[in-house]
Amino acid sequence: MPGHDIVVASIPLLCDPSGALYWPEHGLLAVSDLHLEKGSSFARRGMLLPPYDTAATLARLTKLIAHYAPRIVVALGDSFHDGGGPSRLSVEDRDSIAALQRGRDWIWITGNHDPEPADGIGGVFQHALALEALTFRHLPSGAAGEIAGHLHPVAKISHRGRAVRRRCFAADDARLVMPAFGEFTGGLNIRDAAFADLFGTLAFTAHMLGEDRLYAFAAKRCLPG
Amino acid sequence: MSKQHAQLPDVFTRWFAARGWAPRAHQLALLEKARAGKSSLLIAPTGGGKTLAGFLPTLVELHEQSEKPKAAKDRKLTSTGRGIRREGGLHTLYISPLKALAVDIARNLETPVAEMKLPIRLETRTGDTPTSKRQRQRRDPPDILLTTPEQLALLLATADAPFLFGSLKRVILDELHSLVLSKRGDLLSLGLARLFTLAPDLVTVGLSATVAEPDELCRFLVPQPPDGQRRADLVIAEPGAQPDVSMLDTTERLPWAGHSARHALSEVYDLIKTHKTTLIFVNTRSQAEFMFQALWGINDDNLAIALHHGSLDVAQRRKVEDAMAAGKLRAVVATSSLDLGIDWGDVDLVVNIGAPKGSSRLLQRIGRANHRLDEPSKAVLVPSNRFEVLECTAAIAAVAENAQDTPPLRTGALDVLAQHVLGRAVGEPFLSDELYDEVRAAAPYAKLARSDFDGVIDFVATGGYALKAYERFAKIRQGKDGRWRITHPNVAQRYRMNIGTIVEADMLKVRLVRSRRSTTVIPRGGRVLGQVEEYFIEGLTPGDTFVFAGEILRYEALVENEVYASRSNASDPKVPAYEGGKFPLSTYLASRVRDILADPKAWGALPAQVREWLEIQKWRSLLPPANDLLVETFPRAAKNYLVCYPFEGRLAHQTLGMLLTRRLERWGLKPLGFVANEYALAVWGLGDMGLRISKGNDLAKGGLSLAELFAEDMLGDDLEAWLDESALMKRTFRTCAIIAGLIERRFPGEEKTRRQLTISTDLVYDVLRKHQADHILLRAARADAATGLLDIKRLSEMLSRVQGRIVHKRLDHVSPLAVPVMLEIGRETVYGEAADTLLAEAADELIKEAMN
Repeated sequence: MPGHDIVVASIPLLCDPSGALYWPEHGLLAVSDLHLEKGSSFARRGMLLPPYDTAATLARLTKLIAHYAPRIVVALGDSFHDGGGPSRLSVEDRDSIAALQRGRDWIWITGNHDPEPADGIGGVFQHALALEALTFRHLPSGAAGEIAGHLHPVAKISHRGRAVRRRCFAADDARLVMPAFGEFTGGLNIRDAAFADLFGTLAFTAHMLGEDRLYAFAAKRCLPG
Repeated sequence: MSKQHAQLPDVFTRWFAARGWAPRAHQLALLEKARAGKSSLLIAPTGGGKTLAGFLPTLVELHEQSEKPKAAKDRKLTSTGRGIRREGGLHTLYISPLKALAVDIARNLETPVAEMKLPIRLETRTGDTPTSKRQRQRRDPPDILLTTPEQLALLLATADAPFLFGSLKRVILDELHSLVLSKRGDLLSLGLARLFTLAPDLVTVGLSATVAEPDELCRFLVPQPPDGQRRADLVIAEPGAQPDVSMLDTTERLPWAGHSARHALSEVYDLIKTHKTTLIFVNTRSQAEFMFQALWGINDDNLAIALHHGSLDVAQRRKVEDAMAAGKLRAVVATSSLDLGIDWGDVDLVVNIGAPKGSSRLLQRIGRANHRLDEPSKAVLVPSNRFEVLECTAAIAAVAENAQDTPPLRTGALDVLAQHVLGRAVGEPFLSDELYDEVRAAAPYAKLARSDFDGVIDFVATGGYALKAYERFAKIRQGKDGRWRITHPNVAQRYRMNIGTIVEADMLKVRLVRSRRSTTVIPRGGRVLGQVEEYFIEGLTPGDTFVFAGEILRYEALVENEVYASRSNASDPKVPAYEGGKFPLSTYLASRVRDILADPKAWGALPAQVREWLEIQKWRSLLPPANDLLVETFPRAAKNYLVCYPFEGRLAHQTLGMLLTRRLERWGLKPLGFVANEYALAVWGLGDMGLRISKGNDLAKGGLSLAELFAEDMLGDDLEAWLDESALMKRTFRTCAIIAGLIERRFPGEEKTRRQLTISTDLVYDVLRKHQADHILLRAARADAATGLLDIKRLSEMLSRVQGRIVHKRLDHVSPLAVPVMLEIGRETVYGEAADTLLAEAADELIKEAMN
């Protein structure tokens, strides 16, 4: 198991190097900020980005689901890049979402990019999901026990004159912000004020995504920018 | 009076005479070509009256036109069947690579026009020209318009281009040798091809410094027929006096490595003192910064010494240029930002610090001194290390023979073609077949395959994706008449916002603030010193010191898009920031350097210290014959080293190092890293490469075959695998994506709103490589990588040259020849590790410390 153990609000969780979070006790797999149909969202406005992002994101998700065989999947908001995203899905991509949902609960948490429930993509729509001491919601509020997304955290480390910038989980004992899972998603450096506001201080950890494991760094050891 | 003189109208002859001049032979030759309706290329040295030669035919024609009583005062409109054509109208278009040069030339041209009272209107059009004037220029064009390649592209992408250019008689292309080297040259060639269609009577005049292959420039100037070649006529002006070039005969000890030329500082200072105005050329921004600092450190006479490089604030650069023109400066330390164009007044000495890199390049720099033809320009070369002594020696010999090593004409880039195709649709609807023929008239695109052309059209229309998902979002679409047109006026507007082929690296402003140590809050709002590349700052940690704008600065913080830095009193900046010169050692000079090395009889010209160095190398190891590749192996401090000497420039060596370490890794030799300089590459690792080589060629029997290690097939799978993660490749791709219009440019001032609209090109690159590896933009990026940041073409030629000619020498110690590259270790960034290895290492180091 490539996962990386982490404890939030005294609950043991597993961070996967792909950027997903797994809660073994409930068989719950969470992924955040898929931003499906981001390519076509740009294309609609005249920037013809490759149309392969949705299929690529779903392919990675398919692998993960095959590996963990979760009972519940939580898509933690901004699952589509814009409200029109679901209607632009190709037939194949729509089918693969349906296949992923078969035999398990699928919860679309609403996000700022996709605030309204959509037709034709299955699942149930919720603003938040509370389970034991944890609350899954898109926009982080800093509350204890919160698993949130939205910020697309990335961390940067410089070593031997080279900088490495990667997506990361940002977490302390009480809360966690998930990295963006979508293929075309950029990031916000964890040294940005938004994170200090959320965690109160710089006393949190960045769990950076590597090829096949995670690397933990204290936030204050990470570089800004 | 000669027969040739007779073709010059009296008013011109009188004007020349009044100035005490006589028209030069090449000026009259160009006039004769023009009378015969022939396009021509003029090759002339700086100061040869090149510009006047280019314009003379136009001035004469316009003068004669005005003399003819029939020339209608009010311009007549006539239908040409495919639009309206006027009599009169725009006659000559002058295109220069620099906005400032166009303005400068216009000023210089106004003098003869005014003095001869010629009825000629000449105007400039640059990015700075006000909108109202631009609109007026399109309605009522001047006789002569001076502009840049980008402005030409913009003018062509308007509906009235046929009207505006229908009357055009002549295009003058200045500094053509420099324009054709880049994608701007590609863009210009396509614009030119369009002009030939719009103005069938058009002839061209190219103005150029001396180049290796003038015939290629001659092809650039005329439309190429579908089969075969056509060339403009060549006119070569009399060369100026042979320049007086010498190498600084230093009394100091010559350094083994490094690029600072610190040892020669006081000698350079003495040169400044004994000359009126000295231009000091260096190869990189950081060398310029260092040299400027160091000279002021010993400037006891308070000589006016200034600094000029492309990253400085524009206002500061202008100040230096003005002071220079006014003769107020004793010396300017400059990078290639001063290479081109504008007249710098009375420079009587050029000092070139470090490697000259190429013969033509050096000749052009030397040409900056002394704009009078009959006096020799004077230049002193200052090598900054021992290898550079060899390079300088080779360069001086090459200059004496006037040997040129300018690169061959480019193959037109597909991303530039994509930009042009969109521009054509913005201008007026086009038919694919017609445009394909027109594009192939441009010399760089003469061999363009139809499939590539169609691929570009497909890319412009819907992104060129195998997954046909974007038909409804198409930017251009074919109508029932078969013509491609834009789908929305918006497309035209965005095309205009994103025109051009110059893509700046993401730059960050550097702002001077007070040191953070004195206060806890970062003070805001100091002076802006200039801009640095984002990737340079990425490698810094707050507290690091670096040199910029003539000062040693301490990196404080990155605030939004600005780097906050304070003055530091550190004497030694921590980050050396030696950005490898943009131009690698030319193949021509490299081969001359190899010849010198191989031939002890040629060592007489070298300084004694260098001779001694080579003698010891011969005794301790060996000196390879000119076409062989010497590979040395030796142990040192618990590691094993392999050093080779391809002499192909840093970029090619870095790529080679990357590929060799992959191969050694696979063969179990545990490579740890490598460094490269212009001449050599050193790879080190845990495995004993020397021992393995001595055991023969069979890998299975514990041997190691050098022939296999350096086999050309490394440019196959290994290269492909590396390209996946190469930051250089991603940077190359970004440039292509922006030029081709896939990603829009970021504009200063609009940063924040734009950032939300733009997307990281790295992500696009990753996705495309995974899902459509043959996408046209990836192909464009690969073509760039072949000659650009990865220099794969040169590496490939080297690998093929040394086949069967690799000489191995197993040593107990480092050899004298290896010392310079070994000294780069620790000074240079170590390449070769995958990002994950770095993370693991950093994480392990930190594990020892408390995580809090």
